[in-house]
Amino acid sequence: MTTIYSAKKIITMNPARPVVSHVAVRDGRILGAGTLSELAGFGSYTLDERFAGKVLMPGLVEGHCHTVEGKWWRYVYCGFHDRMDPNGRIWSGLASIEKVIERLKEKEVSLENSTDALTGWAIDPIYYSTRKITRQDLDRVSTTRPIGIMHASGHIMSVNSKALELADYLRTDIEHDGVPLGDDGLPTGELKGPDVMRPVGQKAGFSDNMLEFDEPGLIDFARLCVRAGVTTATDLAAELGNNTVDMGIRVTGADDFPVRIMALRFHHGVTPEALIEHVRALQSRSSDRFRLGKIKVIADGSIQGFSARMNWPGYYNGAPNGLWYIAPEQMLSIYEMALEYDIQVHTHTNGDEATDLVLDTLSAALKKHPTTHHRFTIQHGQLINAAQYRRLAKLNMCVNHFANHHFYWGDEHYQLTVGPERAERMNACRTALDNGIPLAIHSDAPITPLSPLFTAWCAVNRLTSSGRTQGEYEKITVDEALYAITLGAAYTLNMDDEVGSIEIGKHADFAVLDDDPTSVPAAELKDIAVWGTVQAGRVFAASDV
Amino acid sequence: MNKDCAFNLKPAVPVTIIGGYLGSGKTTLVNHILRNANGLRLAVLVNDFGELPIDAELIEAQDGDVISLSGGCVCCSYGDDLSLALQKLLEQDIPAEQIFIEASGVAVPGAIGKSLSLLRAFRLEGIVVLADATTVQAAVDEKYIGDTVQRQLRDADLIVLNKQDLLSMPESVEVREWVNERFNQARLVEAAFGRIPPEVLFGVGRSQRILILDKNTPSAMAAGYPGAGVVNEFQLDETSLEHNVSKTFSTIKLEVDHSVDADALAASLADKRCGLVRAKGFVMSHNNTLKTIQIVGRRWSVSDAPAGVKTGLVCIALSNDFSECMIRSVCKPG
Repeated sequence: MTTIYSAKKIITMNPARPVVSHVAVRDGRILGAGTLSELAGFGSYTLDERFAGKVLMPGLVEGHCHTVEGKWWRYVYCGFHDRMDPNGRIWSGLASIEKVIERLKEKEVSLENSTDALTGWAIDPIYYSTRKITRQDLDRVSTTRPIGIMHASGHIMSVNSKALELADYLRTDIEHDGVPLGDDGLPTGELKGPDVMRPVGQKAGFSDNMLEFDEPGLIDFARLCVRAGVTTATDLAAELGNNTVDMGIRVTGADDFPVRIMALRFHHGVTPEALIEHVRALQSRSSDRFRLGKIKVIADGSIQGFSARMNWPGYYNGAPNGLWYIAPEQMLSIYEMALEYDIQVHTHTNGDEATDLVLDTLSAALKKHPTTHHRFTIQHGQLINAAQYRRLAKLNMCVNHFANHHFYWGDEHYQLTVGPERAERMNACRTALDNGIPLAIHSDAPITPLSPLFTAWCAVNRLTSSGRTQGEYEKITVDEALYAITLGAAYTLNMDDEVGSIEIGKHADFAVLDDDPTSVPAAELKDIAVWGTVQAGRVFAASDV
Repeated sequence: MNKDCAFNLKPAVPVTIIGGYLGSGKTTLVNHILRNANGLRLAVLVNDFGELPIDAELIEAQDGDVISLSGGCVCCSYGDDLSLALQKLLEQDIPAEQIFIEASGVAVPGAIGKSLSLLRAFRLEGIVVLADATTVQAAVDEKYIGDTVQRQLRDADLIVLNKQDLLSMPESVEVREWVNERFNQARLVEAAFGRIPPEVLFGVGRSQRILILDKNTPSAMAAGYPGAGVVNEFQLDETSLEHNVSKTFSTIKLEVDHSVDADALAASLADKRCGLVRAKGFVMSHNNTLKTIQIVGRRWSVSDAPAGVKTGLVCIALSNDFSECMIRSVCKPG
């Protein structure tokens, strides 16, 4: 059964035929892209004109996100910016702490049990000038139930007195950098870093494993993908135990599951040998919509959490150097075995010292297993410098930059963490492309919202939320950004033969848009409305999911 | 499951953190600990099970993240969520009497200690950091992990200079002096194959190896202080005698019959000049309550003692490295 779709415009990402008017689909795959008469040559077809007024482009590929965003939307959204939930409702941003308390109170009255936890997420107090959120603020919402709000960065949590009490933190003998104290000698309610966040977070409704997706969360995440035009996404840090894998395969295998998910196994908690063994076993379980068999290594922490590993001169504000999350020997061991077994490794680095370690380690590993086809990718790589890009290119590595960071934390990086010169060259997409490095750009959802068009806007405009341009030189063009969120990202996932462009043989994955991203002003890239997606030939209207 | 009541009812479980870079011998030490539990109910938390070659004979059962060992010991892998693993330990039917946490090779043990101090169900007893004596001097200057190794050694209450079997005597002395100068906050102990006397690891009190000599023995009298005497001298197992360095540990039993300022006494005994590696005992404080004193290297703590214990302190030090007169003067009444 062949269906030919017409559209106002179809952007193919195929340089030989960048724009066509029709695309033919058969058995979930693209039979061809061209004119109606060209495609009619394949035989009988049904003409489907529902997209006649729409613009189609390849289904967007989100190369770095966490499916757990679906689960987090069960918590109360407390962010400063507007954000769309899986149901399509846009939650307005909260401009003040008062507004946060108001929204929490609204939720609070709807809770049945007076002792159930009230959990929020996405708050970012840097928007509330120097005012921090205290436990007294949250006590105004409730003193009987524990309340906890995860900050947008993921590194800080704000809790009320009851939560502190339940975790046995409400005492005057606490001494820990991550637990600031008030004048009364008791914790203020701000908790910094996973060591202190986790035990209290558990009392405030956060599950034990904050990054692990569950079934309803996975389904909700998929609905977010449809709304964002995403047809292939990732879960970039998963433990992937048997039960989780069973569930993932089953849930994504449902006829109406609208997105393909590539899940990467993170390196924690097992030896390199056990990691490789696990991932090789996972490879054989990989299904069409639940892809398995790649590794995620996390080298260091985050810049705004001051846990990234930095080269001289270190952090702008003099904070001490950050933390390694893997030893060089372990990284080498993983890389060597991965190269031997053709397993692709994605490595998180934020600081430039961490990037140096990756470059040194891959160089050494390649001597043992020389290959140019590994596509090992640096994830984030926010502070890669020019010399490092040149090395990256010679090592045939890819880069997936966190372009959204400029909007959300650009000002903080400029003023506090890395200073002006490095802030201007964070996520240096231009330099990456100029060095011929395959580039993707990402949201790291739920840290920032899932929306590749927004991410593209970030990479093109490099605007901070205060309206400053940060790093004029590193801006990329709209065409380059659109490529990065389709074929570029697909390349970093080793799926460029299957998705990322509208060409014969690939999966029939399309993003259906109300406007043409190549002809709106660059500043409006983020405002393009998404009607929905087509994924493996199945149509998903955002209004229906 | 309401754990609120647990905070104040049970005494805090002592926790020892074992840190040190890759290859320093942490895994071997952990195995040594498990084999020498001697009836003590231990829980050992490790980063991952992969490299832990526990003797098959010791293993009774494995259930996911927990391995049960004979004698009531457990070994748990905590991945990257230590606080969760600790919480699970509290929920055991028969809780552990002592906990060892094996930090990952790149972890900073002081940070773990600080987080531990927030949990009243646990008490940080000591931070023991292992170093490969053959590579430690180079390790602190390593390009990527040098500052991490330095942080680890700086966090240590007790540094174990491991792999002595690979050093000559002059080399061993040189390394010891170098470490002592760079990281002089810690007590130093040498070891081969991670083998340290259990008394050093577990604290005295559960050991059956101490013979209490009459205080009128010649050695006690020679020490010149009634009640203080060298009670037992024991050596590391035979293997270490083959190497150039043979170290003996001494156990010093102190009778402290008078009331003391427990905090001041503990702090003085933990002073480097006394040279104690470990100490534990009970004293009567000035306000007439019995107190427990625990010392691991430079780290000391004072807590309420169980009712009915007899006063006295048992200390462990390297035989040729402690100052008896300093210890004596610290313990003098008045």
